[in-house]
Amino acid sequence: MATRRTVIDIAAGVSSGALSASAVLEENLAAVDAREQEIHAFNLVTAERARERAAQIDTDVKVGRKVGRLAGVTIALKDNMCTRGVETTCSSKILAGWKPPYDATVVRRLADEGAVFVGKTNLDEFAMGSSTENSAFGPTRNPLDTSRVPGGSSGGSAAAVAAGFAAASFGSDTGGSIRQPAALCGVVGVKPTYGTVSRQGLVAFGSSLDQIGPLSSTVADSALLMEVIAGHDPLDSTSIPQPAPTLLNVLDQGVKGMRIGRITDMPEGSSPDVLARLEAAFDALRSAGAQIVDVQMPSMSFGLTAYYLVAPAEASSNLARFDGVRYGLRVDAKDLNLMYGATRAAGFGDEVKRRIMLGTYALSAGYYDAYYGKALKVRRLIADDFAKAYEKCDAMLTPTSPTVAFKFGDKTSNPLAMYLCDVFTIPTNLAGHAAMSVPFGMGEAGLPVGVQVLAPALGEAPMFRVAAELERNA
Amino acid sequence: MSTAKQLIDGWELVVGLEVHVELATKTKLFSASANRFGDEPNTHIDPVTLGLPGALPVLNRHAVELAMRLGLALNCRVQPCTFHRKNYFYPDLPKAYQISQYDQPLNVDGFLMLPGEVRIGIERAHLEEDTGKSTHFGGAEGRIHGSEYSLIDFNRAGVPLVEIVSRPDIRTSEQAKQYVSELRAILLAVGASDAKMEEGSMRCDVNVSVHKPGTPFGTRCEIKNVNSIRAVGRAIDYEARRQIDIITSGGSIKQQTLHWDDAAGRTNVLRTKEDADDYRYFLEPDLVPLAPDTAWVEQVRSALPPLPAVRRETLAKLTGQSKESEAVAVVVERGQDAYLAEVAKVGGDAARALVYVQQAFAEEAASPRVPAGDLAALTLMEKNAKITATQAKTLLAELVAKGGGDVIALAKSKGFEAMDTSALEALVDAAIAADPDAWAKFKAGEQKAMGALVGAVMKSSKGKADGKAVTALLQAKANA
Amino acid sequence: MPEAISRETVAKVARLARLDLTDAEIERMTSQLAGMLDHFRDVDALDLSKVEPMNQPIPLNNVLRDDVVAPSLDRDEVLASAPAAQDGRFRVPPIIGFEE
Repeated sequence: MATRRTVIDIAAGVSSGALSASAVLEENLAAVDAREQEIHAFNLVTAERARERAAQIDTDVKVGRKVGRLAGVTIALKDNMCTRGVETTCSSKILAGWKPPYDATVVRRLADEGAVFVGKTNLDEFAMGSSTENSAFGPTRNPLDTSRVPGGSSGGSAAAVAAGFAAASFGSDTGGSIRQPAALCGVVGVKPTYGTVSRQGLVAFGSSLDQIGPLSSTVADSALLMEVIAGHDPLDSTSIPQPAPTLLNVLDQGVKGMRIGRITDMPEGSSPDVLARLEAAFDALRSAGAQIVDVQMPSMSFGLTAYYLVAPAEASSNLARFDGVRYGLRVDAKDLNLMYGATRAAGFGDEVKRRIMLGTYALSAGYYDAYYGKALKVRRLIADDFAKAYEKCDAMLTPTSPTVAFKFGDKTSNPLAMYLCDVFTIPTNLAGHAAMSVPFGMGEAGLPVGVQVLAPALGEAPMFRVAAELERNA
Repeated sequence: MSTAKQLIDGWELVVGLEVHVELATKTKLFSASANRFGDEPNTHIDPVTLGLPGALPVLNRHAVELAMRLGLALNCRVQPCTFHRKNYFYPDLPKAYQISQYDQPLNVDGFLMLPGEVRIGIERAHLEEDTGKSTHFGGAEGRIHGSEYSLIDFNRAGVPLVEIVSRPDIRTSEQAKQYVSELRAILLAVGASDAKMEEGSMRCDVNVSVHKPGTPFGTRCEIKNVNSIRAVGRAIDYEARRQIDIITSGGSIKQQTLHWDDAAGRTNVLRTKEDADDYRYFLEPDLVPLAPDTAWVEQVRSALPPLPAVRRETLAKLTGQSKESEAVAVVVERGQDAYLAEVAKVGGDAARALVYVQQAFAEEAASPRVPAGDLAALTLMEKNAKITATQAKTLLAELVAKGGGDVIALAKSKGFEAMDTSALEALVDAAIAADPDAWAKFKAGEQKAMGALVGAVMKSSKGKADGKAVTALLQAKANA
Repeated sequence: MPEAISRETVAKVARLARLDLTDAEIERMTSQLAGMLDHFRDVDALDLSKVEPMNQPIPLNNVLRDDVVAPSLDRDEVLASAPAAQDGRFRVPPIIGFEE
């Protein structure tokens, strides 16, 4: 893999005039031309807009106008983030061709800092999936081995970075949808503390779980991107009233004296190559002066059940607005109810329908306590487990994904098999904490393994410290 | 508890009212689009209003303030509260869920007093967002039934509502009307809403059941969207009768949702959007709990203006009228009681002023144009018999037309002076002499015959005679 | 937890969710949901009697906004994306089965 330009290098180079934003963009677009047909990372490449923007930035630099912290940085955006006037489809037929009349807050913040948007990336439909096989517009292929999945649901965003289509990308993470594809594609992926990054303009899947986060080739790149996108947004009521964390300056602090948790009762079923890399990660941190501490998370394995009741419940409500009335697909019918039923049947794929059904059932009269209500209590137990664990450590390590990238079709016959991909990532979403995946060597078949760093809520700084150390030792 | 005379053929009527009120904020409950009535369709829209993907709600502080004002004015307790999603499909509901309050509403456990010291409990008054408006085409009278298509306007979607739920303490249709009327007066007094039933900023759903006293409450039916106070009374009267007739003929009441057809004077069964649906309430994940602190609540409470009930008492004491009299109610409703107090303060006769204001100030604002001093002077002229009641009325009309004036000068210019008694008696004698027939009939006991005589005196006096004095004189002469 | 989900319940839930499922889909959905719900019985092992539900991960409250008007979206732009529009409004097929 050729060394790619990092976000930090591009921003520094373009704003100083040493690099041309247009030239940087053309490099990415050349990579797109070469491999996008094969990989299908994008639903839409916005080459012309990107060229205009890059040219504008170059002009600004030339005449001495102030440019932002991401001047000329090429970015791919997951296609569930609203981009004004540019199709936002969530990889669903029900939104095919829909152009939002407004930008997501994160999109605006990136644009304000000079980012150049290469296009909208493919995802599992409405962010529901762990392989991008659920996209209504065809899957994305893992750039490292095109017979394998890139992970999901932000498979397109992960692949775009891995394939050099953009310097960095953004995805959304509800149960692992940034971290798991990052791990499978060998890139860095961050799920921020819930409430740190605005959800305004992110098409909602699990409202109490969703966060937007960066995918990049280096830890430092993600740190910079976090500094740009995070921070209070008055348009999001769940946005924490704090400014963005400062992260770039912690990256060289090392891990001396930090306590790193090893979850001794974490769920089983990871493949040996992944477990070996996890061990190596603990070794690396120990060598760098960290103390490895055993912790227990007895409720962790119940996370899957809690998640697959809470998230579909919220999703069933969030997706009810796709009814053919105001935007998106409409299948005409004699009367309104027939129109609703036909539109939603034609517009949603199988996985989406399954989760809407599961969620509707979990909330319905007579079943709320047994399912959704119970799941919310399990959620509390998991949060309590985390709280106890973090009394003894500053961060924890787990695998991000139980295996390296798997082959297409491997897990599609049984939905539960696919859900198990997220067993390590889900608990963080339930608790609302921060976690990120850092590439840490290779596993089976020469495929990348991601190690997950977990930190308590608003623990982005210690998390990035650990991540940076891992990266130095990968 | 009903008194015996409130029972209908031995049946006790039980009524509860759910009133939805649009709050008088500038913007919607969860987004910054304008909260305005009557503009071109779909001109107050935003991502939240339209339920666009990715849109998020943010709560309007002023809506909370007005809701608290309303709750406190209804003697409620303001408490920490949360928002829930009420999920159902309907084209005027843009997100396919309504953000409302479920088990933890903002205001609870209040009450409203009706005339006669009747206390109606208020269970809750919670915040929720309004839906858009559907108009149906192709069916009869614009009804859904038989329609070919519908058009949706989202201007109203997201407008802040407070739903005020009474306890089933109302026992007569008259009480129900009083409740709505008083609630409206309170809403106007605290500035929470313009409460115009005809514009839909105040909507009533009426729950009606009947039972024999001492037995459990009967099955209730809900009559939706009754859009005037008068219709509230008529609908309850009709529905009570309908239910009693069914039960007494051996049938039973089915719990139904009904529509009041005012033109036909009857209720019809509705199958509404909300029947047969399971709302699947769950906590709204896009909002955080609302817990107004004590300081805020007390600040709102202390800033509450005097409420209509208190103002009616004050005005009643001032004018010597009953606090339940129509004159007092009307003047307070118009907000002109403060003006009346001013008139009394500058020496005017409060009782007369009340009559004047009630009769002539319907088109005036809460602060009428006629200076208090001018009105006071007029009351004194009539009180001191310097002018007759009829003359006072004429002068009053002039004052209103001109927005004030010097009443003494006005009276003089019109030649208004009360006649002295001997001059009056002379005119009365003359009238009697001119119409002996009428006099004879009147003396014989025909009260009606007096009319002709009084008329004659008024004519000959060119309107200066005081009708009451003339009548008294005639009566005295007849009895002599 | 309740008994295994039935075909009738699945059909009812599909109606509630306004999803027209074919008979084959209802069959498949019933067995898939039953499988998932069976897996979810794992939480029956937990004692949740004294556990408070956790709805939201962050302890915020009282997030409020000033009552200041912002410009409306452009109606033409919005209606251009609508499946059907007429007279400045969104048009839908007749709403049969209900009254207002």
